[in-house]
Amino acid sequence: MTDRTPVSDASVCVIGAGPAGALVADSLAADYEVVVLDAGPRFDPDERVDRQERAIRPYYDRPDVWEMGGPRDDHDASGEWFYPLNHARVKGIGGSTLHWQGMVMRLHEDDFNSGSARGVGPDWPIEYEDLRPYYARAERELGVAGADDNPYGPPREQPYPLPAFPPSYSDSLFAEACERLGIDMHSVPNARNSEPYQGRSQCVGYGTCQPVCPSGAKYDATVHIDSAERRGATVIDRAPVQYLEHGPERIDAAVYATPDGEEHTQQAEAFVLACGGVETPRLLLLSASETYPDGLANTSGAVGRYFMDHLFAGTGGVVDERTRQNHVGFYTSSSQQFYDEADEEFAPIKLEFFNYDGPSPVETALSADEWGDDLLGRLREDYGNHLGIGALVEQRPQAESYVGLGEETDNHGNPVPDVHWTVDDRALRTIERANRIQERILNELDAEITWQVGPDGTGPAYHHMGTTRMGTDPTDSVVDPECRTHDLDNCWIASSSVFPTGGAVNPTLTIAALALRTADAIDRSLDS
Amino acid sequence: MELTRRDAVAALAAIGGAGGAAYGYSRLRDDDSPEPSSPSDEHVLDTMQAVAEVVYPSELSGREAFVEEFASARLATDDHGAGIREAVAVLDDHTDTWYDEQFVSLPAVVRENALENLGADVADEDPTGSTAERVRYYLVNELLLALYSSPTGGKLVGIENPQGHPGGIESYQQGPDALDR
Repeated sequence: MTDRTPVSDASVCVIGAGPAGALVADSLAADYEVVVLDAGPRFDPDERVDRQERAIRPYYDRPDVWEMGGPRDDHDASGEWFYPLNHARVKGIGGSTLHWQGMVMRLHEDDFNSGSARGVGPDWPIEYEDLRPYYARAERELGVAGADDNPYGPPREQPYPLPAFPPSYSDSLFAEACERLGIDMHSVPNARNSEPYQGRSQCVGYGTCQPVCPSGAKYDATVHIDSAERRGATVIDRAPVQYLEHGPERIDAAVYATPDGEEHTQQAEAFVLACGGVETPRLLLLSASETYPDGLANTSGAVGRYFMDHLFAGTGGVVDERTRQNHVGFYTSSSQQFYDEADEEFAPIKLEFFNYDGPSPVETALSADEWGDDLLGRLREDYGNHLGIGALVEQRPQAESYVGLGEETDNHGNPVPDVHWTVDDRALRTIERANRIQERILNELDAEITWQVGPDGTGPAYHHMGTTRMGTDPTDSVVDPECRTHDLDNCWIASSSVFPTGGAVNPTLTIAALALRTADAIDRSLDS
Repeated sequence: MELTRRDAVAALAAIGGAGGAAYGYSRLRDDDSPEPSSPSDEHVLDTMQAVAEVVYPSELSGREAFVEEFASARLATDDHGAGIREAVAVLDDHTDTWYDEQFVSLPAVVRENALENLGADVADEDPTGSTAERVRYYLVNELLLALYSSPTGGKLVGIENPQGHPGGIESYQQGPDALDR
């Protein structure tokens, strides 16, 4: 029987076993008694191929792959824009890196100065240079495959640990068109092994990266949870934290439930909240007290506020030649040429040249109304000529976009998270701009445009940011520049929830870099 | 184009030990429905061969060895194997009612009509659903999944490394000529 009792004499209690929590735990486990609590289970790596079958079969929806859903995961979406929360996250050891695509770019220098450089949102209280060495460490920890060929990216100091994945055949088609249009393409940093790395396999091309990589070539946070355990950390799964016991200046304990119906109290000197941009503010709100009636660490009133995601814009079509799509589930070329043209009117844009546009034949077959020769004829007709371009667009931080507590309760009687998501006009304008760029490229290829995701159809990229923002002023931010809460001396937050603004690149490398930096801050604090 | 046992092994490597299916079948067995009669493995495999004859394209050769290899392994898994057996049983019930024969005993040309009559061609797959939905899940889609996630099935359509097959990271870089090599 699994022992889920508290660890005595714990120095550090980390809540959440996703990439942020795993990196903090791994960084501190050699020197401190570390315990990690996670709401979800420890998944058996041998079952990943079975999960892949769920990913391909039409009966299973995305949340089924990693067993999301049900009373544990109920949620509200009271905002103007519906938010499909359980499509956007995984609870369990490894967290949402179990289902992510694994794209890992650094934020640009101006992303840290969005207010002064672009007139949008606050500046971060740290600069790119503060995070730069941690970005390099994060790339080594995750095993990033990349090349220093992005003329629009921030300055680098050393090569990526793994060579970039070579461009795809369809990238070569895009490259000809982009050259004629004066649009620069470059490689994409992938948290996916282009060669064997630190005991994990090279990518073998299963093509189902999102939502599951059976080979383990795609980085996920079980890598650092395993490492933390080897260094002595204790990891307790299926242990959702219910609330945080606290005084006016310190957290005393995390109270967590276990599958046997018991509740336990984990004490520690330091607490690290690493539950993502939705569950982190929810836990603080659930821990309200007489001292903190609006939620723990919420003197500013900013806990849960400024919820941001990246908006998707996309355009695709068909051409009169074979394009070789759906061999792999990741993309290999991008363009950040339009990123730093951002201002008050337009947000940063990151273009993505897909390797997986159009139908996957096996998925089409399983939903078709034909079989035999008729089905084969349809598959041949449908597959092979598609090209698509995606884009991520920054959303402005707005107080009226927030994570709050819903009216319903979960399986433990706690109010569910309510993602009240709103999207600003600048983001919608920028989606239209991205669409026009995408159309130019596809028109240059003489493509017949068959689909487009514009401002009316856009959706989230499942990057939860902003809900415990970082700042120097305790009246308008939740954590300080070292990611320690202004209100509580022994509480740090490791999550994209601390991002004051979001930029337009995928957030996980920045999450990882901040987690490593936060671990150093905790080390200094405990050491003193 | 010829299907081989290696394709079957590749399909099994791609979709594994049927844990995805087990998820559905376990939920099915939570209800109060009577335990269905359980046909023999030989009869189940014969039935899957007969279904494959309908749902696989005619230009394939090597179908029988491929189905035997793949279906035998899937049948050997506890929950998913039980789902396959039950789907064969309900398919036989259907053909007994309409044709006075088990599915495998029908003339080949009638089998396709029987599956269409059941609605398995237009049904959405569902391991816990109606007869048509279960037949679609455990028999029709089971076989289509095996075929079109295999290298030979993929090549039929124009993709050597179909989704679900660990075919490496070379083919995505290569142009259409690679299909002819």
